Amino acid sequence: MKEQNVKIVNKLGLHARPASLIVQTAMAFSSNIYIIKDEIKVDAKSIMGILMLAAACGTELKLRTEGTDEEQALEKMVEIFNNGFGEEI
Amino acid sequence: MKQNNIILNGIAASSGVAIGKVFVLEEDEFLVEKKEVSGIQIKQELNRLKDAMDKTKIELEDNKKELSKVLGGNYAKIASAHLLILNDPMVKGEIIKMIKEGVNAEYAVHTVVEQFSKTFDSIDNDYFRERKHDLLDVAKKVMRNLFGKTKKSLDSLEEDSIVVAKTLTPADTVTMKEVLIKGFVTEIGGKTSHTALVAQSLEIPAVVGLKDITHQVKQGMTIIVDGNLGLVILDPSEETIDNYKREYEIQISNKKELEKFKDLPAVTTDGREVILGANIENPEESRSALRHGANAIGLYRSEFMYLSRKTMPTEEEHYQNYSKVAKMMMPYEVIIRTIDLGGDKIARLGLMNIGREANPFMGLRAIRFCLKYPEIFKAQLKGILRASVHGNIKIMYPMISRISEIKEANRILEQAKEELRKEGKKFKEDIEVGVMIEVPSAAIISDVIAKEVDFLSIGTNDLIQYTMAVDRVNADVAHLYSPMHPAILRLLKIIIDSAHAAGKNVGMCGEMAGDPAYTVVLLGLGLDEFSMSAVQIPKVKKIIRSVSKSAAKTLVEQLLKCSNMHEIDITMKKFKYKQNFF
Repeated sequence: MKEQNVKIVNKLGLHARPASLIVQTAMAFSSNIYIIKDEIKVDAKSIMGILMLAAACGTELKLRTEGTDEEQALEKMVEIFNNGFGEEI
Repeated sequence: MKQNNIILNGIAASSGVAIGKVFVLEEDEFLVEKKEVSGIQIKQELNRLKDAMDKTKIELEDNKKELSKVLGGNYAKIASAHLLILNDPMVKGEIIKMIKEGVNAEYAVHTVVEQFSKTFDSIDNDYFRERKHDLLDVAKKVMRNLFGKTKKSLDSLEEDSIVVAKTLTPADTVTMKEVLIKGFVTEIGGKTSHTALVAQSLEIPAVVGLKDITHQVKQGMTIIVDGNLGLVILDPSEETIDNYKREYEIQISNKKELEKFKDLPAVTTDGREVILGANIENPEESRSALRHGANAIGLYRSEFMYLSRKTMPTEEEHYQNYSKVAKMMMPYEVIIRTIDLGGDKIARLGLMNIGREANPFMGLRAIRFCLKYPEIFKAQLKGILRASVHGNIKIMYPMISRISEIKEANRILEQAKEELRKEGKKFKEDIEVGVMIEVPSAAIISDVIAKEVDFLSIGTNDLIQYTMAVDRVNADVAHLYSPMHPAILRLLKIIIDSAHAAGKNVGMCGEMAGDPAYTVVLLGLGLDEFSMSAVQIPKVKKIIRSVSKSAAKTLVEQLLKCSNMHEIDITMKKFKYKQNFF
């Protein structure tokens, strides 16, 4: 199991488009990938789960990966978060 | 059973009363039944779910392709998000879990989606809370595929019913079984919404603007609709039912009384005769117009030809439609209003790919649309021209706001004539051309416009909306829509006087023309032609035959001096009292 804290940097937060990007990215890995906000843990492959977090710009989250490709998965996920999902920061 | 006469107040949209059983028109909602399943059935339910989801996936992918083609990549991303929702492991997992625990697929989908949308409802951020609609949209598609049918429509009525709906669209009413409908009740709408117009033409009561009514009634329960007072009564007591039965009988005998006016002229006691016409949407309605004593079609809403179809009507189809009306109405005039559709509607109908507008009501509508797409316009004009040899047809351009639009439209009309000459097809060379006055700018320059055209027709519904900045279907502001506002009365006077100064006739085809409350006022203003929903004709005729033009004129002179609605009200009441009618 791997974990890392990330912060949402794009202006609009985890709205539909970034959520789609997260799901599409997570799908490429066989590991279980979770996004944790406070007490809530959601599956990064579930778009409704991500949207339910209602995470705005500035929110701190924890990413957790579990599985054979957990290292690469975590690295890739952190990257898209830090890039602000290619959106306006 | 406890009877408690629950009275709900809405907006009276069409007069009359009715007692009947509720038919709830669901808005793409489904009646989900819970069924317990076990053993092999569970497998079957899981397969049904898979099939429905596969079908939905194909639909969404097609939708995505279509969207990216028409609107570009950004919109396709919304469709991609919908595909991700469909495949969402959390939602799907919950649904499958429920089915495995022994319920049918519909119930599982419904329950899981409800749970999710409740969770979303508690989110304290508008954007994220609204995302539940994305889930609901996708779930609706899956449900439709599970049920293997589209929504229960008005053609599935089997007994006399009062239709209760969120709102009624032309697509809903086009398939309805008219004889079985005793009344309408809707959540959205105002006095001149589509529901109101349809109810008035069917002579059945309608009450609109009753928020949440679709959830307050149950399929098959008995309710009373009072379109005179704008009330709906749930759980009526026996006494109430008896009283309304009596009201219903009175209504029937009044209708019979009005039928006597059918073959009498619309003439005042001092000899002023006016034309009473009908507004129609399709050729068949000419029959009802004649039955109610119309001696003109003051407005043929040609845009209804464009609804419920996938391709633009051809010149030949236009020709067939208009010839039918012309022949049925001969020798009476038939005024055909050229397409009065917005670009938004045309795009939604799938007839053309036109971008979305932020404010379609003030956007590319009617004549503006026609001038931008002259080929569509010309096909219609050619159809009208060819039909003109079969009767007394006139052309009317809607939504004119400046002189150049009339000139441009006439130029296209000339081209249409020229093409027909070359094709050797016959038409009436001097066909009359008029315009609708429904934009305030046109009303203000109506003196100049009147010189350019053969007649004017006042479209009060839009004229009032544009002048007062009130959307008449918005229940929150519909009460501000006032035909008797001093500003409207003055505008009407300007238009009618301008037309007469140029020696042209002026009619009115808005709702105001068919409302007996305004008949004397319009008569006094000098209106030449009143065009309305056919059923209103006998009522309006009765009033015209009971007053003198000079009394009406005096009333109008007094009204024009009033500075506010309250004074206008009092002046009207005094007049009614003196005349001892309505």
